[in-house]
Amino acid sequence: MKRTIAIAALATAALTLTGCELGPKQSVQNGHRGTGMDTVTLKKVALAKDEVPAPPYDPPSTEGPRAGAAYQNVQVLGDVSEEQFTYTMAAITAWVAPEQGCNYCHNPENMASDEVYTKVVARKMLQMTRNINTNWDKHVGTTGVTCWTCHRGNAIPANYWALPEPGKKGIIGNLHGQNAPIAATAYSSLPNASLAIYLSGDAKSDKSIRVVSDGMHPTAANKLTTMETEPQYALMMHLSQSLGVNCTYCHNAQAFKPWNISTPQRATAWYGLRMVRDVNGQYISPLKDAFPAHRKGPMGDPFKVSCATCHQGKAKPMGGYKMAKDYPALWGAPTSIPAAVPAAPAVPAAAAVSTATH
Amino acid sequence: MATYQNIFTQVQLRGEPEAGIALPPGSEPRIGKGSFSYLIGLIGNAQLGPIYLGWTGVFALIFGFFAIEIIGLNMLASVNWDPIQFVRMLPWLSLEPPAPKYGFTPFVPLAEGGWWIMAGFCLTTSILLWWVRTYTRARALGMGTHVAWAFASAIWLYLTLGFIRPLFMGSWSEAVPFGIFPHLDWTAAFSIRYGNLFYNPFHAFSIAFLYGSTLLFAMHGATILAVGRYGGEREIEQITDRGTASERAALFWRWTMGFNATMESIHRWAWWFAVLTTLTGGIGILLTGTVVDNWYLWAQQHGYAALYPDTGVIDPATLGSSAQ
Repeated sequence: MKRTIAIAALATAALTLTGCELGPKQSVQNGHRGTGMDTVTLKKVALAKDEVPAPPYDPPSTEGPRAGAAYQNVQVLGDVSEEQFTYTMAAITAWVAPEQGCNYCHNPENMASDEVYTKVVARKMLQMTRNINTNWDKHVGTTGVTCWTCHRGNAIPANYWALPEPGKKGIIGNLHGQNAPIAATAYSSLPNASLAIYLSGDAKSDKSIRVVSDGMHPTAANKLTTMETEPQYALMMHLSQSLGVNCTYCHNAQAFKPWNISTPQRATAWYGLRMVRDVNGQYISPLKDAFPAHRKGPMGDPFKVSCATCHQGKAKPMGGYKMAKDYPALWGAPTSIPAAVPAAPAVPAAAAVSTATH
Repeated sequence: MATYQNIFTQVQLRGEPEAGIALPPGSEPRIGKGSFSYLIGLIGNAQLGPIYLGWTGVFALIFGFFAIEIIGLNMLASVNWDPIQFVRMLPWLSLEPPAPKYGFTPFVPLAEGGWWIMAGFCLTTSILLWWVRTYTRARALGMGTHVAWAFASAIWLYLTLGFIRPLFMGSWSEAVPFGIFPHLDWTAAFSIRYGNLFYNPFHAFSIAFLYGSTLLFAMHGATILAVGRYGGEREIEQITDRGTASERAALFWRWTMGFNATMESIHRWAWWFAVLTTLTGGIGILLTGTVVDNWYLWAQQHGYAALYPDTGVIDPATLGSSAQ
């Protein structure tokens, strides 16, 4: 009997410990005392150095002839110097297609040609990068982003999503888009496709993220049910997982809604969510026709971005390393038109796709 | 045989099973003749049966079986009838109530919540029949009906969550799904939607009574075990005598905290704490969304929510930049 108890106790202790993280932690208080507003991180995660590639060579001059005049069909980077242009191209190759090299996007016979679809996509992504660095400083601050922020050496960033297939009929094999543990919902039973509900970038279909009422008593202004609150909860879990933080990084858990007891990070996140919508709606979705089928989700839409695409588990991508400062070409006007192609319209979507078909 | 007299005796008696008193006229016969189990004897009376089922017990079991079957088969179907996936995924699997578009109509396609209504109906029928059973069995033994009314309090909370509040809100989608993690996620989503249930005073009462129940249970259980060596579980025989386990137990608390419950009142304390846990809990659930939509604001209005220093953060949506 005693032996059985001893074995059972050992087994229980072993099982219990598998749920524990024994590594040393780093704890940072980020709110009023007594509110439990602390960010606890594993030291090995908090102190881990992010891999940031060095510039391909010393950043060259921003003076001299413009790339738009020197090369054919330079629609976005036409306003940078020729030297900066080749420097940026070298960096992009290392960030996005280090194995495949220039030919991943370019036809080596005619670098100006838009016949390879990845070139059309890359152009759009450059416009997106400039848009983020120029117009979304409320989210990216002066740090900015580069291709590396998302791509990290992969042609397709590791974290993406696409619109889910429509719900099945009947009950067989039907999990109703939930009850399947995935990282994006913190392995809960919450709806898995919350990103598609809130962050598609389609202003017509994206729902408001706010669920809590402005007033004390029920009114017709907020008829949202508990069931409809679950995707929003899942979205917040996505933020939490993507940034490697808990709720109290942004919120005072006393009440999630009021802003005057929230942290400044919540406002940064608010802009971030709108930035994700902007990226998906203005830059990714319009590439629908440019991408081949194997680069699209089950509903035929291109792979979209989420918080995880850049953040990758860090509150600040790459620990906040200011990488983009070395690449002035990524900071210009997003819709700049090179002198060589004066007719190219600034509105990106249609333009990029139509040049591809020419 | 000294240990036999203690509540946790390890001595088990064997002999003719105890048949109990004769049943009143009109009763069904009891099922089985009674048997003994060593393992059952470790945690209670070693005798199993005979059991009195009656028609309420039979139908309660049948409806309960239907409910579990509907829930279980729906979950099994959701993983393509794969028993391995069923076991592996069980904590995540669920049977969800109908979506908001169905309101509170009872006519919902089976695959879209109809099964949930059926399972809820069967489970409720089963529970109510079991309640009738606890009432009639107590009466048949000439007992009071305290157990039945305590059970009724739990049923009140259950019905409020799954039926009464959805009825008032006009939507099945407010009800709780069947499922292990899904019902927990529902709980959190419910609190998020209604501005933090922590500030619902009836939720607070319910928690106070729940924690109070555990405290009382620990105090009473510990006290009776501690006087077990004087035969403390035979409290009624001892209640009027000096130097007994009963008096020692009373003196322990009078000397420790100045006040002691009596052998009678401690059970009323326990009964009321248990009953009020679910009674106040049900009231708190029922008021949420029907009378109060944001408990944090309600608590602020009533000087009940702590005020923390303003962080100076402003809702960006009010800065005219929402277009961005």
